[in-house]
Order: sequence, then C-alpha cells, then structure tokens
Amino acid sequence: MKVDFEVNGRAVSVDVTPRMTLADCLRHELNLTGTHIGCEHGVCGACTVIVNGDAVRSCLMLAVQAKGAEVTTVEGLSLEEGLTPLQEAFKRHHGLQCGFCTPGMLTTLHALLSEEPEASEERIRDVISGNLCRCTGYIPIIEAAMDARAAYQQARGDK
Amino acid sequence: MKSSTHPQNTYIGGHVERVEDYRFLRGEGQYLDDISRPGQWHAAFLRSSLAHGTIRKIDASAALAMPGVHAVMTAADIEGNIPTIPFRRPNPTIGPYAQPIIAREKVRYFGEPIAMVLADTAELAEDALQHVVVEIDALPAVIERVHAMSDAVLIFEDTKTNIPTVFNAEKGDIEAAFAGAHYVIRDQFATQRQTALPMETRGLLAEWDAQLGQLTVSGAAKLPFFNRTTMANMMNLPEEAVDYIELDVGGGFGARGEFYPEDYLLALGARKFNRPIKWIEDRREHLMAIGHSREASCDVELAFSKEGVILGMRGDLYINIGAYVRPNGMTPVRNAAQFMSGPYRIPAIDLDAHAFVSNKTPAGTYRGPGRYEGCFFIERLMDQAAGALGIDRLELRRRNLLTHEEMPYPLATVLPSDGRAETQCDSGDHREPFETVVKESNWAEKAHLQGQLIDGRYHGMAIGSFIEGGASGPQENVRMQLEADGIVSLYAGSSAIGQGLETVLAQIAADYLELPMERIRVFHGSTTYLKQGWGSYGSRATVMGGNAVIDAAKKLLGEFRLHAAKRLGLAPEELTITEGVARAADGRSVPLVEVAKDGINVDGFFKNQTPTYTYGSAFAHVAVDPGTGHIEILDYVVADDVGRIINSMTLHGQVMGAAVQGFGSVFSEELVYNDEGQLLVGSLADYLIPLATDYPVVRCISLENYPSPTNPLGAKGAGEGGIIPVGGVVANAVANALSSLGVQPKILPLSPSRVWELIEDARARA
Amino acid sequence: MKLPHFEYEAPASLDEAVALLVAGDGSARPIAGGQSFVPVMAFRLAEPSMLVDLRNIPGLDKIEITDAGVRIGAMVRWRDVLDDARLVEALPLLPAAIDHVAHYQIRNRGTVGGSLAHADPAAEMPTIALTCDAVLEVVGSKGQRSVKAADLFMGPLMTSLESDEIITSVLLPAWPADRRWAFQEFARRRGDFALAGIALFYDEDASGAAHNVHIGAISVGDTPLRLAKAEAVLNGRKIDEAAIAEAAAAASAEVDPSGDIHASARYRKSLVGTLLSRALQGAANRKAK
Repeated sequence: MKVDFEVNGRAVSVDVTPRMTLADCLRHELNLTGTHIGCEHGVCGACTVIVNGDAVRSCLMLAVQAKGAEVTTVEGLSLEEGLTPLQEAFKRHHGLQCGFCTPGMLTTLHALLSEEPEASEERIRDVISGNLCRCTGYIPIIEAAMDARAAYQQARGDK
Repeated sequence: MKSSTHPQNTYIGGHVERVEDYRFLRGEGQYLDDISRPGQWHAAFLRSSLAHGTIRKIDASAALAMPGVHAVMTAADIEGNIPTIPFRRPNPTIGPYAQPIIAREKVRYFGEPIAMVLADTAELAEDALQHVVVEIDALPAVIERVHAMSDAVLIFEDTKTNIPTVFNAEKGDIEAAFAGAHYVIRDQFATQRQTALPMETRGLLAEWDAQLGQLTVSGAAKLPFFNRTTMANMMNLPEEAVDYIELDVGGGFGARGEFYPEDYLLALGARKFNRPIKWIEDRREHLMAIGHSREASCDVELAFSKEGVILGMRGDLYINIGAYVRPNGMTPVRNAAQFMSGPYRIPAIDLDAHAFVSNKTPAGTYRGPGRYEGCFFIERLMDQAAGALGIDRLELRRRNLLTHEEMPYPLATVLPSDGRAETQCDSGDHREPFETVVKESNWAEKAHLQGQLIDGRYHGMAIGSFIEGGASGPQENVRMQLEADGIVSLYAGSSAIGQGLETVLAQIAADYLELPMERIRVFHGSTTYLKQGWGSYGSRATVMGGNAVIDAAKKLLGEFRLHAAKRLGLAPEELTITEGVARAADGRSVPLVEVAKDGINVDGFFKNQTPTYTYGSAFAHVAVDPGTGHIEILDYVVADDVGRIINSMTLHGQVMGAAVQGFGSVFSEELVYNDEGQLLVGSLADYLIPLATDYPVVRCISLENYPSPTNPLGAKGAGEGGIIPVGGVVANAVANALSSLGVQPKILPLSPSRVWELIEDARARA
Repeated sequence: MKLPHFEYEAPASLDEAVALLVAGDGSARPIAGGQSFVPVMAFRLAEPSMLVDLRNIPGLDKIEITDAGVRIGAMVRWRDVLDDARLVEALPLLPAAIDHVAHYQIRNRGTVGGSLAHADPAAEMPTIALTCDAVLEVVGSKGQRSVKAADLFMGPLMTSLESDEIITSVLLPAWPADRRWAFQEFARRRGDFALAGIALFYDEDASGAAHNVHIGAISVGDTPLRLAKAEAVLNGRKIDEAAIAEAAAAASAEVDPSGDIHASARYRKSLVGTLLSRALQGAANRKAK
C-alpha cells in the first residue's frame, strides 16, 4: 500500500505492507535508523517518535496509520550541526551511556517540554517512566530534562 | 618546565564529557540493526517449546514451500559431530556439559535452537517458523536444586552426575576456627534467576566472501578476539580469515558478546549459501536465549569470637547454571566461593560451591557475577549475628573490615583452578568508604527511626560492604598511528559496550601525549584493527586498555623524539617534548604533525595477571508498607575507592546505574519457570526492570585514596561494584524495619507479595 | 516479533466498517488505538485476516457532558480524558483512574472504546464502566443497541459483543456533586497492570449514612468485579472505622483471585481488602465540595 506522510518536514511516499510498523518503516524504508527498536511490544519506549505533536510508540503504530501525519524522529530534532539544548543537557549530565534508549528519551522529552515547558520534576519522572534505560539509573536523565526546561520556556516566550 | 615523563594532567580525573555522545544524541549511532547488505537473508530460530525431551521429527517442508523462504537448517545440515561452544575458563570436569550449537537428539531447555529459517525478510522468516513441524517426546524436566542434585534424572546421559564441578574455596584451619568459636550463626539464603537485559537485543550479520574465503561477523561485543578464534576453529578457517566487527553496542552487563549458538549457525548459513545473513534477536527470545544468572542458594555458617571477631566461614553454595556450561558459566560459581568473604578479615574458610545443571536456559555472567550473591549471603549473616551477639551492627563491621596494614590481603584459594586459584586484595582500607557512608547517610541522626512505624510504614536502615574484582588479565593491546593531519589514531583491543571507552582512552592518551583530546581518535573492538586483543569483561577495559595506551603514548613520543632529532640534526636527548612540539635549546622546534609523513605507528601493551579490587560500602533507608508489601528506598548512599579516578562523570554513571540495576535485582526482576520448565516471563511487561519513578534517590561518592600497585595508572576496575552490595544492604534494612515482627528476608526478590507474606506469617507466629 | 500478515482498511463510516467485519466472518477485527492489540499480534496470539481501523470514522472522538451523564466516544484517547478539565467535576473518579493507565506515549493513542472491547480485567476502564453502571452504544450488522457494562464482560479478554459489532460510545451516568468516591490501585511499577485495584463511590443521606454504594475491583477475577458483599456491609451505614474493617474483610472474602508470577492469590485477596480500606478512608476524609 502506498502511504504518504511527512517525516522531519519532508514529504515521503512509501510502499508498505499493512503489517509494517511505523518503526520498521522509518528505519528500513526511510533509513532513519536513529529510532531504535528495543522490544516490539510497546514497553521499552526506545522507538518513541512524535506524531502530530504527540509522543507515540512507533512499534505500536502501523506505517499505514501514519497517512497524512507529521512525524518527527530524533534526526528531525537535531540541528544541521551541533547539539540542541536538550541534547546538550544530556551530554552535560551524562544522561546516556550505551545510547540505545536515548532517541526515545529525547523524542519523549521534546514532546513533553514543547507542550509543558514548566513540567515539574515529578511530571518529568512520571512521563519518563514509560521509557526504559538500563545504564543510567535515570537520575541524570531527569536532571538533564530539568536543565533543558529553560530553553523550552524561552522558545515558548519567543513565539 | 614540564618533564615528558610526568605528563601534564588535564583530563585524567576530570569530569570530562563524552566524545561518544554527539553521535548518540543526534541519532547517528550505528548499531547492528542499522546496517544491511544488498541481497541479505534474515534468520529466525525455531526454539524448543519443551524444557527436556527427545527430538523425534523435524519437518520443514511446509515452511520451505512458503514464498521468500530459502532454507531451513537443522542439525541434519551439519556433517559429523555437532560443534560445541568452548569454555573461556576450562576446568577438568566440565567437558561433557558443553553446549552443542544446535539440538540434534535432545533438547535440554525451553528456547534451545532446533532450526534456523532463512528468508528474504524477518517477517517471512518468522511466518515460516510457525510451519516447521517438530515432534519432541517429553522427558522429565529437572528444574530445582534438590531434584537436580539427586541425579535421579541425568540431563547428560553419558555422565554420572548433574553436578559438573564443585569448587572449593579454602583458607586457614577451619576446624580450629569453629572449635574455638563463642558463637556460630548458620542460615540458608537464595537469590533468584535474572538476566542482564541490555536495551539492545543481540544480533549478528555474517558475510562470506567466497573469493577470498573470508568470513566477516558484524555485531561483535565484549570479547571479539576470543570469539574470532572460536569461530575460526569451528569453521575450519585460519584465524586471519575471520573478522569480527564491532559497531555501537546497546549495553552489555556481562551477558552480551559471549559466543552463543546462533553465532555459528549464522556463519555456517552465510558460507553455505554465499549470502549475507542478518539476525536480530527479538525481545521474547532474548529472555529465553541470552545468558541467565544469579540463581544461587546456600547453607553457610560464620563463627565469631565473643568480641564479634569473625573466626571462620564454612558451608555450601549451590548455583543453578542451566542446561549447559556456557563459555563463562562457571565464573559466577567460582566467584561466589572466592569472594563471599568480601571486605571482611576471615582467617579460615571452607566453602563448597556446587554448580548443577538443570533444564533451564544456560547461565553466564551478569554484572558482579557471584559477588552480588555472596555479598547478600554474608551481609545477612552479619546483621543476624550482630543481633545475637548483642553488638551494634556498625561496630561488628568495624571490628572485621580489612585495613590498609593488611594489604595485600589473600582471599581463599579456589580449586579446581580455572587459571586464577589464588588472588589477593591489592590495596586499600575498607574502613574509609564505610565511615564515609556512615557520615554521608547521617546514620547517627536517623538511628532512632530503626524499626519505627511512621505514617503506616516501618522504617529500617543498614550498611554493608563489598569488594569488586577488576582488570582481568592477561593482556591488552593498542596501536597508535600518527596521521598526516596530526591526529593520533588509537586502535584498542578493548570493546565499547556503552561505558564511554572512547572518552576514557582518549583522556589517557591525551594526557600522556600532552595533546588536546580532540587530536585523539579512538577505534576499538574490531579484529581488523589489531593482530591481537582481548576486550571488555571483568571490569578490565580502563585498567588494561588504559595502561596499554600509556605504553603506546610513551613509544609514540619516543618515535617523535627520534624523528624530530633527525630533522634538526641533534641527538634525541637534546630535545624537550611538550604539548606536541619537540624543542631544541637553540629555539628551533618540530611540531608533531611534521613527522607524520615518516609513518609513525607504534604498538602498546599491558600485561597483568593481578586483578584489582575496588571496595566500598552502601547505606539504605527503607520504608515498608505492611499492607501492600511495597518497599520504598528513601535514601541510598554508596561510596567506593577505585584507586584512581579517570573520569569522575563516567565513573559516577557506572556506580549509579549499577546501583539501580541492583534495586531491580532485589525487588522485581525474576525469570520464573513452571514445573515443566517453561519460562513464564516472555515480555518486558513481566521482566520488571527499574523505571524512572522507582528509585530517584541514589547518591554516589568515589574515593581514590589507595591507588592499585598493580598498574602504572593506579586504577581499579569499577563498572560492577555498584550492584554488588544492594541485595544484602536492602534486605538488612528491611529486616531492621520489620524487627518488631521478627521478619528475616532470606529469599530474593523482595516482591510486594513475598514481603507481605513474610509479615503475615510473622504476625501469625506471634 | 514482527506482526503476522493481515489486510488493512480504514473506512470512513460505521456502515462500511461493519460491512468489512461481516465480510471477515469473525476473522476481521476492529482496531482503535491498538495499544493492547498490536502487542497481542506481535506475540502472534491473534492473527486477524483484516484490521478495520476506526480512525477515519467521524464523531467517535467526543466527550459530551449532559444531564444524563458523561458520554465518551469510543475513539477518545486517555490523554483526552486527562486533558478535559470538566471531568474533574463531572466524573472525578474517571480521570483519577485513567491517571493509572500505562504511560505517556500509550495514553496518546490508547482509547476508551478499545480498552472496553479488549476487556482486560487488570485494566482500569472496564472496572470504571462496571462500577459506574455505564451503558455502551454498539453498532453491528443487526443495527444499533445498548449494552450495560454489567453484561459486557464475559471473561479475560472476552466480551458479549458479536464479531461484527463496534463500540461507538459509553455513557457514564450523571454524578451528583457531593458524591464521595475514591480510586486505589497497587501495581509493581508505575503504569504496570494492577495487582489489585478498587474504584468506589457512595452517596450520603442527611444522617451521614452511606447509600448507593458501588465498589468495583480490578485484577482479582476473570472480569472486572463488583463487590456486592462489601457494598451490602456499607449500605445504610456511616463509614467509620468499624464499617471500613468489616467491608474490607467482606471484600477479601468475596474475591477469588488467582496467583501468577507477580503475586500470590493469597496476597491479592488481602490486597483487595487493604485497598478498599484505604479507599474508604480516602473517600470519607475527602472534603465534600
């Protein structure tokens, strides 16, 4: 089936089978391998992407269901060069080790902080409870997110 | 003026942000599933649905008839004997228990590979699995210790026992120690079966170049060089005809990167069909196929003097190693025996560690193998003994912790030898992290909370201590090459498993070369970079790899000196080298980049058979809800002495991450089997690793008061320590909380259900 | 864990959707958010011939508050429930329960109708529907009908719906402003399925005695349960310590949960009483508006 949607601001048209998940479509059809697959049953959060502004698990969404949607992956959150304030905060706080869960953490937090730049530590922790990390113990990830809030608050103020 | 023999120290010991992060944060890391080859086939494995049985029939004809399915390989496709997976640490009795790389007549665990389907896509390969017909006659499943050790059902019919090896850890005069004891405590404890659960599942891409006769295996981790040798032997290829390529690796923790059955089958398929073959383990099969660990129990006793001085320790440990002895399946067993004495001065030891096979997934290592288990056992004994002896729990430990004056301190000797029967703590004073934790936890101010019921929850506290082995020998190699643009390429035999290896090795290289880190580029893990290398296991990469970097840096500067001197027409010793510039007394100078065209390329080595021993202590403050059995960690402090800190940030990350993994071990992670030997945990909704909401209160403190005398850096391995004390410390805090009820947790995990039952049963007894 | 093969349609009307289900003759399945059903397919525990996606059908995504109560369209997502500030007054038990559903990303796609159709006894929404005497609107090849929540749940992941029937909305009856209520659940981790949970409400008469007591229990049976015996203990009584203890004991006695790898049956039985006791304390102590 042909499905047209937008990924990271770019219009794409992909031929998919109904059973192809959005995660597999992004990775293997569109070569956006920054989106990682850690469980394929909707628990680990590594495959989180942003669809029409909402963080979703791309292993629980079919590629055909992306028709007409705007999809943002970790690649789409990144600058041409350098790191965004959220990425910088992860680096500064050592919010990643093996890097496998990291794209899902970044997309989830980007969706959250874009909508709720004043999110409390408790709220951030609660949201991130849907993303598994085996390396860091999460504490530095929460610190990084708290640190990155200022940039999202500023971005909202600038609008 | 700086001397070139004492490098300016600008990176080592600092809070240095990681060079790896840039690509990971931009989604530009390259993990195995991120690569594909034109024309590749995908593999899927048919695994046994029975724990124990005799294979009667495998019929793949329906699967083979499906579109896009190219082959179904079974044991029948392998001529002669089925190869078995070699042991990394052999001993005289384990030979018959090695794992054949595919089941032929018998299956011995739920999840054992029976067939490999090759198809155009992973979807089609999985579809085909449903159409391979396998008939297995069930045999009685051997699941539990008593059944297994009775030898009533032999898992290997050609052997006489289900106990491949009993390791004995011995030291001093055990009879005299117990004969002279004022008090002896004896008890039984158990830890549950777990797995490391890296976030990236395993996977490999095998490629065969028929013209060159060359096999390339991508997706290497942990120990590529050993696995290359193993693969070459199994494939009847010269070692040079096999390359292992390391990409980014999504976590290891001891389980990933060992040689597994799938590795060989993929290579065999790639060669047979002359096709690239890719396999990405799915999470369900990961839980049944990657090495398990930690299923241990014990019956042990500790003898004390009246003053609370430990006189001796003896007893039995029992480790369920699953259906086969995997490459490092015996490591947790021998470690439990050797390291159970941990940080304590125990003059007499006699422990038998029984490894027994069962119809469960074969076991291997998981972070702090054997040490976590042993620490839980001895710390539980220590707290119970303190109560019986009427000695304060902290005071009892102070009387028995090892001191600086006793170093090096020999641990028990373990036989049969697997190559390191004897070992000794290298340096340190175990009282220092202990007192650090006492102070940082505000123990004195919180002491009154012990056992108190506050707002419906019982509060409890505990402190325990641990030792962590590191720097596994025998050697590590690196190569340094000066590139035309003045960059130094550093090729390391160590592997990156997410721990920040590139950063740490670049820091060391930069300091010893007196160059900015930006001028060091680290390549690692692949067998194409070096003739020989070892890898990353046993907390060795920083110490072994790092010291090899120092050796190479010194040699590179030596070459620089020679070449610069030649250019200036001076004797080498007439030059001073600082910060990448060779200077003569007359003011002339040669920058490093200028000699690059001379082709400077040096090898560095570090040989060391003496492990390092990081040590430390941890504190836990818990609150127990007697209605739900839920335990909240209110505060957790861990302090360790790592000899020398290379990167305070990554070290902190290792300790904290390990501690939180430890909470998963204590509370929620468990690989549960039913009586028929079927694994009941098949998803991440059932294998419960910690979430962000669970344990937000870990504090870590690292000391570097006692450098290791075993290596020039003075560093000690430090990636595993954080997990080791968690079981013992938390269980003791829970016992302390529930002391008014007399609850003594002896079995992990402390799930809400189990904790509630302990409380209920205690109330019923009262 | 790739999904099995299936056909896919996303019709623009209920009629078309029903026609596709009829044509599928039991092997086609409607799909809403897919947050429970896609994993079921990933484990190949279900292999439908066709997924009929309800996403393009208009009118299923509204929350309407009328004198009759709160009507929630089947395609309303968890986050829509949590974002709708009106519900905090109109039906406070609902957002309090839905706050326990899975995680952030799941709540962005999982739907009310999907959860009711999935009928997991460990999930929140089925028990809320049962506790609140909800009535579902359903369409199928035989037309439209209303189904009481009490008649919907037949067993674990089993409902009384025909294979060609689609839930379109659920009506939760009107909620008096001074109603007392509480939601308590205990799971091993945030977002995990509950080991047990309690949803309850009652009204008070002039003397302060409870009546119209509704108590629902999560995860202690094959279906969501109403705890009739505990309700009977409380109806007509003031909710004091003695009444709470008696109701908790009755609740533990009347459930017969099974044990699994996460908790023993004995534990779950006790937990129901503990949670009911805590819920009743919470309801009694909550300041009436």
